[in-house]
Amino acid sequence: MKHLLRRVAFYLFTAWAAITLNFFIPRLIPGDPVRSMISRYQGQLNADAIQSLYILFGLDEKKSLWQQYVEYWSQLLHGDLGLSFTFFPAPVSQVIGDSIGWTVTLVGITTVVSFAIGTLLGVLAGWRRGSWVDGLLPATTFLSSIPYFWLGLIAITLLAGPGSFFPSSGGYEPGLVPAWDQWFIGSAVQHSILPAFTILISSVSGWILSMRNMMVTVAAEDYITVAHAKGLPERRVALAYAARNALLPNVSGFALSLGFIVGGTLLVEIVFSYPGLGFQLFQAVGAKDYPLMQGVFLVITLSVLAANLLADLAYLALDPRTRKEG
Amino acid sequence: MSTPSAVEVVPVAAKRQPFRFIANKKAATGVAIVGFFVLLAIIGPWIAPYDASARSSDLLQPPSGAHWFGTTHLGQDVFSQILVGTRGVVFVGFLAGVIATVLSVIVGVTAGYLGGAADDSLSALSNVFLVIPALPLIIIITSLLERSTDLMIALVIGLTSWAWNARVLRAQTLSLRRRDYVEAARATGESTWRVIFFEILPNLTAIIASGFVGTVIFAVMSEITLAFIGITTVSEWNWGTILFWAQGQQALASGAWWWFVPAGLAIAILGTALSLVNFGIDEFVSPRLRSAGKTTIKTASGHTVRMRVGFTPVLRTTPLGTRPVSPHAPAVPLDAVDLGVDVDREEKELA
Amino acid sequence: MSELASESSARSRPLGEPAGSTATRAPDVEAAPVPLPTPRRREPVLEIRNLNVDYGLGENAVHAVREVHLTLHRGEVLGLAGESGSGKSTLAYGATRLLPPPGVISGGQVVYHPRDGEPYDVLALSPRELRAFRWAETSIVFQGAMNSLNPVHKISQQLTDVIRAHTPGLSRQALRDRARELLGLVGIAADRLDAYPHQLSGGMRQRVMIGMALALEPQVVIMDEPTTALDVVMQRQILRQLVGLRERLGFSVLFITHDLSLLVEFADRIAIMYGGRIVEEAPSAALYRDSLHPYSHGLLNSFPALRGEKRDLTGIPGSPPDLRSMPTGCSFNPRCPKAFDPCDKHLPPLGPPSASPAGSVRTVACWLHPTTAPVG
Repeated sequence: MKHLLRRVAFYLFTAWAAITLNFFIPRLIPGDPVRSMISRYQGQLNADAIQSLYILFGLDEKKSLWQQYVEYWSQLLHGDLGLSFTFFPAPVSQVIGDSIGWTVTLVGITTVVSFAIGTLLGVLAGWRRGSWVDGLLPATTFLSSIPYFWLGLIAITLLAGPGSFFPSSGGYEPGLVPAWDQWFIGSAVQHSILPAFTILISSVSGWILSMRNMMVTVAAEDYITVAHAKGLPERRVALAYAARNALLPNVSGFALSLGFIVGGTLLVEIVFSYPGLGFQLFQAVGAKDYPLMQGVFLVITLSVLAANLLADLAYLALDPRTRKEG
Repeated sequence: MSTPSAVEVVPVAAKRQPFRFIANKKAATGVAIVGFFVLLAIIGPWIAPYDASARSSDLLQPPSGAHWFGTTHLGQDVFSQILVGTRGVVFVGFLAGVIATVLSVIVGVTAGYLGGAADDSLSALSNVFLVIPALPLIIIITSLLERSTDLMIALVIGLTSWAWNARVLRAQTLSLRRRDYVEAARATGESTWRVIFFEILPNLTAIIASGFVGTVIFAVMSEITLAFIGITTVSEWNWGTILFWAQGQQALASGAWWWFVPAGLAIAILGTALSLVNFGIDEFVSPRLRSAGKTTIKTASGHTVRMRVGFTPVLRTTPLGTRPVSPHAPAVPLDAVDLGVDVDREEKELA
Repeated sequence: MSELASESSARSRPLGEPAGSTATRAPDVEAAPVPLPTPRRREPVLEIRNLNVDYGLGENAVHAVREVHLTLHRGEVLGLAGESGSGKSTLAYGATRLLPPPGVISGGQVVYHPRDGEPYDVLALSPRELRAFRWAETSIVFQGAMNSLNPVHKISQQLTDVIRAHTPGLSRQALRDRARELLGLVGIAADRLDAYPHQLSGGMRQRVMIGMALALEPQVVIMDEPTTALDVVMQRQILRQLVGLRERLGFSVLFITHDLSLLVEFADRIAIMYGGRIVEEAPSAALYRDSLHPYSHGLLNSFPALRGEKRDLTGIPGSPPDLRSMPTGCSFNPRCPKAFDPCDKHLPPLGPPSASPAGSVRTVACWLHPTTAPVG
């Protein structure tokens, strides 16, 4: 319990740090681009919207930094992230709300599947040194060195295009209206297969390698020798003793590297014009849509934190040593 | 550890020869390839056959003798762009790697060595940097910058990607600090800085090196990504810029594969080479991780046995009833060997 | 009490300790029902014959155990002593085929004599047969008390999984009862059944391991430095408990340690290893009184005896031989204070010293005590 509370406190602290960082970044940088953007839309922006952008980007120099900070927080807590310039006059929160589901589904599912497959293959490679999985390692290293987005480009060239089963861009058939019906879901699944495989192929190798190395390390532990000496079935030694223990550092590694993984997977969305957060970030960068950029960054960071907390909880459930306080 | 092991003497020899890990085949391959790219980064702009930005009338030509990697929609030579672009990639990668490594050593070693409140706050700081997604952060910062030159990009990447290594170094410093020889140095009154520089840092070399290589990989990927999504100054060539133009000009749709394949392969090869160097370092540090070369052996009876934990292979078995013979010739001719006499029986008779 | 048992309890207070002192004996020995299967004749239960164990293959192989003959008899405690690197642990791991790669067994036999039925060679068993043999016939208590237990499973689970693997079909309740019984055997309260290893002290964990080793009532228990990681008081306590259990359950113990003084107290016979070979084997009292091999002598003088007459502590100059480049002749000759002409040329064979009185049951491999009847 103590452990859990400590972790929650850490995540709250990190969330606070990220939000504060988000507050300071635009203030450390000359405010001119935002100001010019606001003046360009002046005729269409209402006073409230302009006020909220002023707060977000620290353009109101009359107020003290502390006042700005307090206002920034109160605005965030009301869910106000400003107006998007690209999708004018949609508020940033709405743009993000429309795209976050796509990202969470695509990136979330593929990341977990990739971790599961990689861990499984890593168990095989580490337990049976010199078997075919071990031989696979150089190839997977090469695949993981390819940038996600380039692999996506290749996949589109080779597999997608007119007449192919795989669409080359988008999240669903353009004519469809998003709804929970079979056509829409079918189309969404069809559109997600290539991006998902791209992420999978690039990211799985890291998990194979780390799990294999953990298995090799754990296989030399005394309790593995004891398990063999006890005459337990091979399967039980490999899974309940070796893999079960090797999984622990791999799970905490998973939690720690979520931030890295998410960064890479966002790019896949860009290549496939997949309507998620990464694609929005890309568009925002292209259009210098600072409110949207800031909002996307904030949401991505908070999602990664939430995922981290989940991975931490999984670790807690897996390792009895962390819950000894009872 | 109770498992007897007569052969793990590698680390001892390793201390004296820090570059012996090159003897590892993976590391040697990796170092050679990285060396090749560093060479290209230096001489690339001079040996490039064309000006990378110069337009010509050969629009979108496939690879030929005149243009090894073909041309772009403006008739620019892709091969020259790759050669010229290597410098930016290598420069940013290594500079960011150096910055992040220096930061991680300072933060990690200080936290691990000092402990207490300093450790708590530095650890919290690195954990925060670790869980905040680095690439989106880099994208935000660089897109707010007025001029995003290679130098600025390297700075931003270096300043945001030190946390992982700092964490690893902290843990290792913590365990080194408890070793006898460090305790002894502290007890004899050596200054903190002396202990850190002469007792701790030399033993962190492999970890620092592997962290550096890891950061270089990350920095190269990030930089290329930034160029690809069009954040960096497009006038400076690097492999990402090539991909940016290729993507923007629909190279895929028009079938101009030569436009984006070479850059992507170059990234992948450089990334693989750096990973190989890291594998080499890892295996050098813990020899157990080496992929087992020959894992099957033939026994005398003709069976093939796999070397594996828990079932030590038996090379030769002797049927019961016959006396097992030693595989080594006896050192003395045992004239007096009397198979009838055996201690067990003697003891039994005595009992 | 039978001859062997009384012999061993005599040994647990050897050398000048007033008889009748019960301080050295565990109370449960007293309480135990008088046994049992200590046979009148010394029957072998595990015979290691000409065992050779290498690290690596072919030219690069390091010969860690060479031509070792060792017989463990029913109900006895056989001590195996030597410096680290002498090959004593390798011998135990090799004989049970638990040596990790690159270890290989390059020859020999490990003959096991079951309670009823024909003896068989453990080295010739298939993996499936070996798995069935392990723990049921020969169990092991390892050196690393701290790391021998799987940190993520409860004690009960680790006690019962081995029973279930060897005797399938037992009910959950029966397994749990048996686990409780095993903990009781080593003096641990039943409420620790659901504890995780990290919740137990080092001594408790090692007792759990001993209880686990007895789960299938094996005939042989191999102990590899089982108490090295514990403090002296805990060491004695656990060993006394072990002696008591041995008398109740009648298993044999192969006890491996570098601490010869411990063996002098607790073992019936002692074998001394050096450079991968057995250099001397004798009943422990005889070895203590009158060691023949200069190495045994040196080893005895490197430990303070807990009881009995004082000896000068001298230790052995030099360091154990490098297994990669063994000296010719007797491998101890470079360190031996009594080395003479044949020592660096010929390997002394192991056998009963011809000069010893008739009826002695000891062997030695030393040119100071030439033998006429080498073993093997």
